[in-house]
Amino acid sequence: MTDDKQEIDSLIDAMAAYLGLPVEEAYRAGIAGHLAVAHTIAQDVLAFETSDEAEPAPVFKA
Amino acid sequence: MTDFAGMTGADIAAAVRNGSMTARTAVEASLVRTEKLNPSLNGFTAITAERALSRADSVDADIAAGRDPGPLAGVPFAVKNLFDVKGLSTLAGSKINRDLPPAGEDATLIRRMEAAGAILTGALNMGEYAYDFTGQNVHDGASRNPHDPDHMSGGSSGGSGTATASGMVPITLGSDTNGSIRVPSSLCGLFGLKPTYGRLSRGGTFPFVASLDHLGPIARSATDLALSYDAMQGPDPQDPACTDRAVEPVTGELDRGIEGLRIAKAGGYFASGALPEAFEAVQRVAAAVNATRTVDIADAKAARGAAYLITMAEGASLHLDRMRTRHADYDPDVRDRLIAGAMIPGAWVTKAQKLRRIFRDTVLKLFEEVDVILAPATPCRAPKIGQQTMVLDGVEMPVRPNMGIFTQPISFIGLPVVSVPVWTEGEKLPIGVQLIAAPWREDFVLRLAHHLEKTGAVCAPVAKHQGS
Repeated sequence: MTDDKQEIDSLIDAMAAYLGLPVEEAYRAGIAGHLAVAHTIAQDVLAFETSDEAEPAPVFKA
Repeated sequence: MTDFAGMTGADIAAAVRNGSMTARTAVEASLVRTEKLNPSLNGFTAITAERALSRADSVDADIAAGRDPGPLAGVPFAVKNLFDVKGLSTLAGSKINRDLPPAGEDATLIRRMEAAGAILTGALNMGEYAYDFTGQNVHDGASRNPHDPDHMSGGSSGGSGTATASGMVPITLGSDTNGSIRVPSSLCGLFGLKPTYGRLSRGGTFPFVASLDHLGPIARSATDLALSYDAMQGPDPQDPACTDRAVEPVTGELDRGIEGLRIAKAGGYFASGALPEAFEAVQRVAAAVNATRTVDIADAKAARGAAYLITMAEGASLHLDRMRTRHADYDPDVRDRLIAGAMIPGAWVTKAQKLRRIFRDTVLKLFEEVDVILAPATPCRAPKIGQQTMVLDGVEMPVRPNMGIFTQPISFIGLPVVSVPVWTEGEKLPIGVQLIAAPWREDFVLRLAHHLEKTGAVCAPVAKHQGS
């Protein structure tokens, strides 16, 4: 996925069908905007190096 | 009573306990002030007057009978409307939840506050389903900033900020997933405590992001934070993340001051990307305690990104079924973010959770060298209600998701934080500074907040707004 508008539109169509989610025309621009922001923000996360042994913290203990 | 609004919770409790004021008098004063100010400030969505007066009479009866009424005797408080309040539907800021039956019992933290003598006066406005940093709500209207009602209260615990800063009640409870206690505390000029993740039970509250949700108090003094925090600690089987760790009272620690505390400013990520007022506030606090050291919290930007992704995905998971059947009833901005959250890859979210553990380890190492880290709470003072974008460091960005850029990396790893209010002469609006400590060291940040308050470096005056 990239933040290209056409690709995001295609993703919305595909995922809406896959998940059975309604995407009315009025929702589309907002959803696309949030997906684009998420894609940008995710780059910092994905660039972060983790070893194969790194474990997630789904139930976090401080 | 001429100055109820200016009294802190500790002031009221002391007066009720020594017999110079009844709990009924305190509650009546709170209700009168709420009735006067709420129409213009919109902090409350429900006022539980009958219940509050009945409870006040019970506290007064305890005193008359020689029974200890508790350390918060007669102190009015209110809760964000995602807390279960017996007899009310738990709105969580939504239209959809209005269809829920009334809650059968109070949330755990309400019960604990009332066991300590405090008196619930109502439920508070909030951003829909807590996915918000502005305090605006399309169903109930915006909760307004009492220091300038044209400006945001901050979110998502916006009504908590409004009610506390206006003096309707001295203490409110809010929730903080990514900054929703600290942002309104900053924008409304209040003290806000986001405790260590797992310290205060979330039992009986409507969730948002289970991995990140915290609850805590907002008040006009550090002492009130400590009193309420102490009243609410303790394990709770209703919340699987709630710690079994022993209760560690902090109120008695406050007067120890800051001797021995190693305090540093956060550099790097926390020293750019905001308006100068945010950094000036941090410097003011640092100067007040002669803190000259700067520490770099490495990878904070990635940590913020990880919190952002986890929030999107877990929020979407929570609402997936409702989005299929009730999508038209959501706040459009919340709905669009939730639908987008359902579409992001699971691999991203798992990576974010891995980063979380590593980032936690990195930051905990810093706490071997320092005890408290200072950082901005928000990138700017309160924007105007309705303002969509802001310019930070020359970059225009949406207000709603970005007021939490400095709070989000901290709650991501569950660290305890107090936001303290800083005022600049000539400015109508305050801004907050985060005091951040290692897990379970609420005592450090509350001692520092109390010291800053006593020395006048920070303060939380009641807003002058008198209603319209």
